[in-house]
This record gives sequence, C-alpha cells and structure tokens, in this order.
Amino acid sequence: MDERSRLCTVWVGSETGILKGVDLDRKQAFNFCNTRTLSREQEVRALCWGDSAESELLMGCSDGTVRTFSTEKGVFTEARSCGDAQEGCFSGLASLRGSAIITCVECGKLRVWREDSSGPVAELDAGSNVCRMRQSPVDQNRVATGGKENGLKLWDLERPEKPVFTAKNLRDDWLDLRRPHWVKDMSFIPDSDKMVTCTGYHQVHVFDPSTPQRRPVLEAEFGEYPLTALSLPAAGDTVVVGNTQGQIALLDLRKGLVRGCLKGLSGSVRALQCHASQPLVASCGLDRFLRIHSLKDRKPQHKVYLKSRLNCLLLASRELQDGGAGGSAEGGAEQEVKEEEDEVWDSMDRVEEEAIKRKPTGGGGEEVKRKKGGD
Amino acid sequence: MDITEVPTNQGSKSKKKKSKKSMKAKTKVKNEEVEEERSAAVEKMNEPAAAFPPTFSVSEIKNKQRRHLMFMKLKQEKRKQKLQLKKKRRKEREALGDKAPPKEVPKTIENQRVFDETTVDPEDEEVAFDEGTDEFSAYFNGLTNPKVLITTSDRPRGRTMRFCEQLASVIPNAHVYYRRGLALKRIIPQCVARNFTYLIVVNEDRQVPNGLVLCHLPDGPTAHFKVSSVRLRKEIKRRGKDPTEHYPEVILNNFTTRLGHSIGRLFAALFPQNPQFVGRQVATFHNQRDFIFFRFHRYIFKNEKKVGIQELGPRLTLKLRSLQKGTFDSKYGEYEWVLKRHEMDACRRKFQL
Repeated sequence: MDERSRLCTVWVGSETGILKGVDLDRKQAFNFCNTRTLSREQEVRALCWGDSAESELLMGCSDGTVRTFSTEKGVFTEARSCGDAQEGCFSGLASLRGSAIITCVECGKLRVWREDSSGPVAELDAGSNVCRMRQSPVDQNRVATGGKENGLKLWDLERPEKPVFTAKNLRDDWLDLRRPHWVKDMSFIPDSDKMVTCTGYHQVHVFDPSTPQRRPVLEAEFGEYPLTALSLPAAGDTVVVGNTQGQIALLDLRKGLVRGCLKGLSGSVRALQCHASQPLVASCGLDRFLRIHSLKDRKPQHKVYLKSRLNCLLLASRELQDGGAGGSAEGGAEQEVKEEEDEVWDSMDRVEEEAIKRKPTGGGGEEVKRKKGGD
Repeated sequence: MDITEVPTNQGSKSKKKKSKKSMKAKTKVKNEEVEEERSAAVEKMNEPAAAFPPTFSVSEIKNKQRRHLMFMKLKQEKRKQKLQLKKKRRKEREALGDKAPPKEVPKTIENQRVFDETTVDPEDEEVAFDEGTDEFSAYFNGLTNPKVLITTSDRPRGRTMRFCEQLASVIPNAHVYYRRGLALKRIIPQCVARNFTYLIVVNEDRQVPNGLVLCHLPDGPTAHFKVSSVRLRKEIKRRGKDPTEHYPEVILNNFTTRLGHSIGRLFAALFPQNPQFVGRQVATFHNQRDFIFFRFHRYIFKNEKKVGIQELGPRLTLKLRSLQKGTFDSKYGEYEWVLKRHEMDACRRKFQL
C-alpha cells in the first residue's frame, strides 16, 4: 500500500468518494479507500497538499469532513469535521503554514482551523454562492474568493474584517443593462499582484489590485459555454481554461487571444492543473478520464480511465513521468561518471560508433535528394 | 570524392532521358506500353534510388473512348478472376467435405471495433457502486414509477403530433401536452411537483420530427438525440393491430460502454419495471454503430420452436448528440458527454455506446 502511494504523482478525487492515485510511469491507477464504506456523501470536492514536502494530502469531502492522507504510509491518518453538509460543499481548501487548514464552503463561510482547537480560529464571510477559493502561492495569508453574483475578493487572513481588494462589476453593456457576475475559478499570476479569473459567461478577466482600477484590466472570451476551470502554466503569459463541453484552450494573457486548443475531451472539465516545472497540463472531469496534455505541441500524452466522475485533481511538484525513471537514471549516470572515468570513455566510444553508423545513411539520403533535385 | 562523382553521373543520365523523350515525341510508337516499360526499365537500371514502379494506369489514357474501353476490359478481367477464384474455393471445399476449414468471418467495422477501455465489467465494484447510486437508482430500487410527459417544440405540425401520440401509446403512463410556448426550464419544476419522472420533447424541422430531448426528473440526466427515419404506424407494411395498454417488455441491445450503460438505464427507466406478459408486447432499443434503433413488436409462440412477431410501430432511429448532467439546461449545464464530430468519429471503428 505504502509503496504504491509513494509512486503516484497524480491524485484525483472522484464523485463516489474515492481518492485515486495514478502512477504514470507504470500506467497504473490505485484506489485509496475502503470499498465497503463508499457513499456519495463522501464525494471529494477539494484536494490540496498538507505540507510543502508533499507527504500529506488534505481531502475535503462534501459531508464537511477534511481527511488527511499520508502519501508515505498510504493510509488516511486523520479526519476532522470542518462544517456541516447543510452549508454546501467545499469550494476551496488550503493549508496554512503546514499546521492550520483554510476551508471555504459554498455558502461563503471561510474558516481557519488549527490542529489543537476543535472550533475555528478565524471566520469570515465571503458572501453567498462561492464557487472557488484559492490561496496565493507566495503569501499563504492571502486568499481569493469568488462566485455567482459574488465578485472576486482578495482577503488577508491577518485582517479578516475587510477584503484587501474587491472587484467591481463590469461596465453596463451597450444597452445600459447590468452585466451579471459569475466567477468560476481564479488564480494568482506569479511575480505580480495580478489575478486571473474565468467566469460562467465564458470570459477570462485579469485584475490588478496594485492599481486603483477595480474593473478587469484585460477581458478575453473563449467559446460559448461556461468556463469551469483554469490554471497557469509555469512558463508565463498564458492561461489554460476549460469549459463545460470539454474544450480546453490556451489563452494569451497579453492580448487575450487563443493560442491553441487541447483536444480529446468529451465531457465537462472539472479541474485543471499545470505542472510546476514541466510543460504539462492535467485535466479531469465528467467524462471519467484523466488526461495529460503537453503544452508544447498540445498533444495528449496520457489518458487514464478512472471509472467515476472526477471532481478535483492534484499534481505532485516532482516530475510526473520521465522524472520518475528517466530523471533518476540520468542522475545515477552522472554519479557513475564521477566515480569511474573508464565508463566515460566506454560511453564515448559508443557515441562515436553511432555517429559513424549514422553518417553513411545520412550521406545516402543526401545523395538521393540531390539526384531528385538534379532530375 | 563521392560528392564530386555524383553530379557527373546525374548529368549524363538526365541528358539520356531528354534524348529519349524527344525520340518518343518524334516517332510516336504505337505500342506505348512496351516502350514505357522499356524506358522504365532503363530508368530503373540507371537510378535504383528513385523507385517509381512501372505502373500502367487506365486513367492516364487521354482518349476518352479508348480509356472507357480499356476500363471495361479491366473490370471484366477482374470479375472473371474473382469468379474463378470463388469457383476454385468452392470446389476445394466440396472435395474436402467435412474436413473443410471453417468459413472466414467477414470483416465488418463492428467486429473490428477498437477496444474501448470504458467497457463495463459486470464484476467491477466501483462501477457497480456508481451505477447503484446514480439518479436512476430510485427507479431500479422500485421506489418510483415512471410517469412521462411528452411535449413538442412550439407549434407542432403534421407528423410530429401524430408521432407524439404514437409514442404515448408505446410508453405506459405517458401524457401528451401541447407546448403552449412555455419555456422548458419553467416546465421542469412543475413536472417535478406533479411527480413526473420523464420529460420528452420532440423537436421538428419542416414538419418532420428530427430531435428528441429525454430529460430524467427530478435531477437529470438529460440526453439529446437526433431522430431520423421515423415511420409512423400507417406507413408500416404488415403491421399488427394497434397496441394494447399492457406494460411492454424492454430489450436493450449492445449498450456496453460506461456511456452506453447510462443511456441504456435512461431508456429502461422510461418503462414500468413489471411487464405484463399477457400483452405479449416488446419494445426494443438496439444499438448498432452508435445508432439506436427503436422497434415495437407483438410476439406469439406458435409452437415450441417457432415464434411469430408482428411490428406495431412506430419505428425510429436515434443517435446520441449529448448527455448532460442535471435537468435540461443547454447553456449553463455541465455535459457529461458531447458528440464532437470529426474529432470523435475520425476512426470508423471506434464506437461510443
């Protein structure tokens, strides 16, 4: 059990309440749960890492419990109740400095829980119908919330009385009608104060809290269906968004144009996450598949059928696949090189041979080309 | 050194070719084929790298009449060969008698189907749990009885109304209502309040039914089908007398994948769970190549071996366009599956249901 959980690099939470780990190297998927105690009330709604070493995983179930899963041991170590099922499902979950948990439910109650006390340490009201809560990767005290008819709000947990930044609604349209709000997902743009949100009205907005302008500084549109999830790749300037029909697109954040689409999905996207260092994006959703696309050529790399509708997704920050085998192998090779020089020479010989072998064939190819050209 | 040699070679060859071509143009030899072959052979000898096989194709003949003649000849020859081969094989089979190898199964795109990893394994616990607790579980556990509302797009005309009436005679406990220009999203809460479990909306285009929305109540899912080749009762030959009001039996064929299972359950939940065998009526949903064929029959056991069937109608073909989670909300609803043309049907041997 523990071995399996250590190998997994992609974690997926499903509607049936099962936590699934996927090992892309061996193309295996494991269920981490007791199959006898399955129930739809334990539907996984949020996943996050419990500590920076990624040995603990927090799982928010829709019955209001937050369970801790140890990836080292491969078992659930802890379960605590953080709110009621009546308050709605979790819309966000984050850990605060490894010891405390931030939870946010759909009714808008954002709470901070400490391990030692049973009640919440801090509580703030982010308004009704919160669709998503996210934590800033830079400053762990900063969280953003947003939802239906509930614009983007940026909170500082040190001063929970008032939001640091509140987005203003869009300008009325050309018929002087109010434009509705529906923030579905948001993310913090690294190396700046800016935030990017996607809405149920197929828009992508960029907000800049550092300027006095409270309306979006950039507005882009994609498709005709509500956007459900977004993620920022490691290489900046773009954002990956997905909608309810399973269309995923890369949008440029400078002008808001579509850079390319990722194909292959057949159902609504529920969660998207880009890898921290590799140009990869993982997506999961109602079509019960976990898909991993390359952001470079936008081709699908992996496709795993996971049997249940998938709600949320979490990637390990270590390399997903080649890193597991290839990366370590390379590291091992380097060590060997340092230890014994003979092996270096062996390997070099081999390289030369290969080069010699290649040359004549390559030359032949050139000749053929020239002949064709001559004709 | 190699490099310097190559161009000289090439030059001479190209010259040769040119001269040959000019020769051809001048003399215009009658037996073109032979000439072509010879030239091709010469070319082959000269440059083995550029491998253009000496092919003769009928379409290269410029004269239309001659081309036609040659084409007919070619076809006849092919046919002759085929017949000969067939005869030979049959003779062989007859000669071998009982030892003859079994006949080859013809290749069809169904038996060449690409393996679908979502094919449901009946022993899979997780899928069983998922299916056991889905939106249809209330029906399959016997807690609810189906009650169906059938309506149309606004201002139905012609065949659509008759189609709805006939559909209502097939599905027990179905009520046909005139749409009266109401919005579906406003109908749905009223239906839920009146304990309807299904809402069927027939869409029409130019007086012909062409779409079907099948919405399971109270909380989804909603399927959208394309409807084609509708045959009403009147248009069916050798049909039986009008169906009775007994609950029919339901046959669901070939719904193998996970999506197919969902669709199959959607259809199954339309009919009451306890068929009345006295009526001897059976409704069939047969899936073949992602097209769902609906037929309605009456059967009779003539003796121990023979069964007679009689079609009662209507007849229609459905093709799934989308499956949406929740009740009808085409704009803001979340789709579980959407047919993406040219992306999903790029492979003809891949089926979704």
